[in-house]
Amino acid sequence: MSDIQDYPSRANDPKSRKFETFSYLPKMDAKRIRAQVAYIVSQGWNPAIEHIETDRAAIDYWYMWKLPMFGEKDVDAILAEAEKCHKANPDNHVRLIGYDNLKQSLGASMVIYRGKGY
Amino acid sequence: MSNTYNAGVKDYRDTYWLPDYTPKDSDLLACFKFVPQDGVPPEEAASAICAESSTGTWTTVWSDLLTDMDYYKGRAYGVEPVPGEDNVFYAYVAYPLDLFEEGSVVNVLTSLVGNVFGFKAIRSLRLEDVRFPLAYVTTCGGPPHGIQVERDIMNKYGRAMLGCTIKPKLGLSAKNYGRSVFEGLRGGLDFTKDDENVNSQPFMRWKQRFDFVSEAVHKAEQETGERKGHYLNVTAGTVEEMFKRAEYAKSLGMRIIMHDFFTAGFTANTSLANWCRDNGMLLHIHRAMHAVVDRNPYHGIHFRVLAKCLRLSGGDHLHSGTVVGKLEGDREATLGWIDIMRDRFVPENRSRGIFFDQDWGHMPGMLPVASGGIHVWHMPALVSIFGDDAVFQFGGGTIGHPWGNAAGACANRVALECCVEARNQGRELEKEGGDILRAAAKHSPELAAAMETWKEIKFEYDTVDKLDETA
Repeated sequence: MSDIQDYPSRANDPKSRKFETFSYLPKMDAKRIRAQVAYIVSQGWNPAIEHIETDRAAIDYWYMWKLPMFGEKDVDAILAEAEKCHKANPDNHVRLIGYDNLKQSLGASMVIYRGKGY
Repeated sequence: MSNTYNAGVKDYRDTYWLPDYTPKDSDLLACFKFVPQDGVPPEEAASAICAESSTGTWTTVWSDLLTDMDYYKGRAYGVEPVPGEDNVFYAYVAYPLDLFEEGSVVNVLTSLVGNVFGFKAIRSLRLEDVRFPLAYVTTCGGPPHGIQVERDIMNKYGRAMLGCTIKPKLGLSAKNYGRSVFEGLRGGLDFTKDDENVNSQPFMRWKQRFDFVSEAVHKAEQETGERKGHYLNVTAGTVEEMFKRAEYAKSLGMRIIMHDFFTAGFTANTSLANWCRDNGMLLHIHRAMHAVVDRNPYHGIHFRVLAKCLRLSGGDHLHSGTVVGKLEGDREATLGWIDIMRDRFVPENRSRGIFFDQDWGHMPGMLPVASGGIHVWHMPALVSIFGDDAVFQFGGGTIGHPWGNAAGACANRVALECCVEARNQGRELEKEGGDILRAAAKHSPELAAAMETWKEIKFEYDTVDKLDETA
């Protein structure tokens, strides 16, 4: 038994809340975020930034940061918008989206800045 | 011009062999692989297959002359030897659309794989592929929701989904079963699944299973903040009972139910798919019994045909094989039928065993479910082969984790996410997979323990049903 580790998730611990793709990996750093932005651009998807209060993350409609960046190919410009959103809403989760308009779906969606305490 | 009636037996090829025929866009096309009996010329055998699966019978009958047989009859329009085989041939048959009731794969199969499969002039017969004309496709309901709608319902984007089949297959009480569901979901899986033979046995009646599973799903959603599902198997001995179970699953707020299309039959499946569409329930399709008819390379129905029929009948998930796990599945052939499940248009591609272009029009696609003997070490190959539009369905690969289901589920999820991230970074998963997993395991003791447990397991038997050689 001593070799067995407990799985530490708890209902009363906000840190046990997950937020879908990549939320089981360590927090994103600048280099990893840049790589995912570059991937979205390489797929021809439309990047977008959204954010939400951490206790409301389960809803579908997070706040849109401005509008999706249709046709934007400049990785630095996209990263700058993500950072602006994060600075304006430092306690919120901020997610990066790649809208795939051909499939009418999201090709990518991931939280790149985790809210305070997560 | 009218014909006169001459009683007696004619060669089938006199009526049904039309090698110069150009198939119409509206024809239903079929490719059969056959071994004729000794002394039967291949054109005669192909004509017999055509006749017996369309308008013909063994002798001339006077009542043929009451209709326009030249309009209604099937047309055998080609025969080819199968490369590398002796006395094995492909027959190509075109059927006019009028021979089939709209929206009924049942009716199509009753003709194409009916009496003809017992026909004496043929030693063995296999339906290799079917081209459903778009005009026919549009008469069928198809998947209740399809891939994009399921992603929106489940809120899962940019990655494959993860599932786990609860084990042992049979014998758990409903409460203990729900425990196993809860642990898997809270650890990071998107779905858990009833095994196919879990229906409503004395040790666990369906009602109690549904109640305990419902609690497990809701509690795991609260704990993780993510959306979860359990494929509640509503397969039953009667359609009335099937619908009763489906209604109850809906009343519990469940998002997905499950059906075994082949043992229960296409009629029941199509009705259930229609119910799911009306009620906003996702439909997971298991394929018990398929290997009885699709594994023998010389007789039966190829799985790609069953997959097409199921897409027409309706399902949001369908088991596809894994390529890499414990169950049969040639890689190129599997790639062929996962295209058939997902894509809008699938071009002819003999190197993947696809004999015809298939246009699905607006019909939604299904998520292929890769299930059977897979674990974390398979993840790089699974992400590489299937991409994001699939469900990777574990069983022992979650529940067999030395620390239990939650840790096993977490290991599965970390393995998936690190592979997806690495792929997006441009890394080659099938070459660098080991390094990618080992790096991720540094941050995940659950993944490290899973990798240690299964490091030696491989499934390297030869495939029985290999693709035929192409000329």
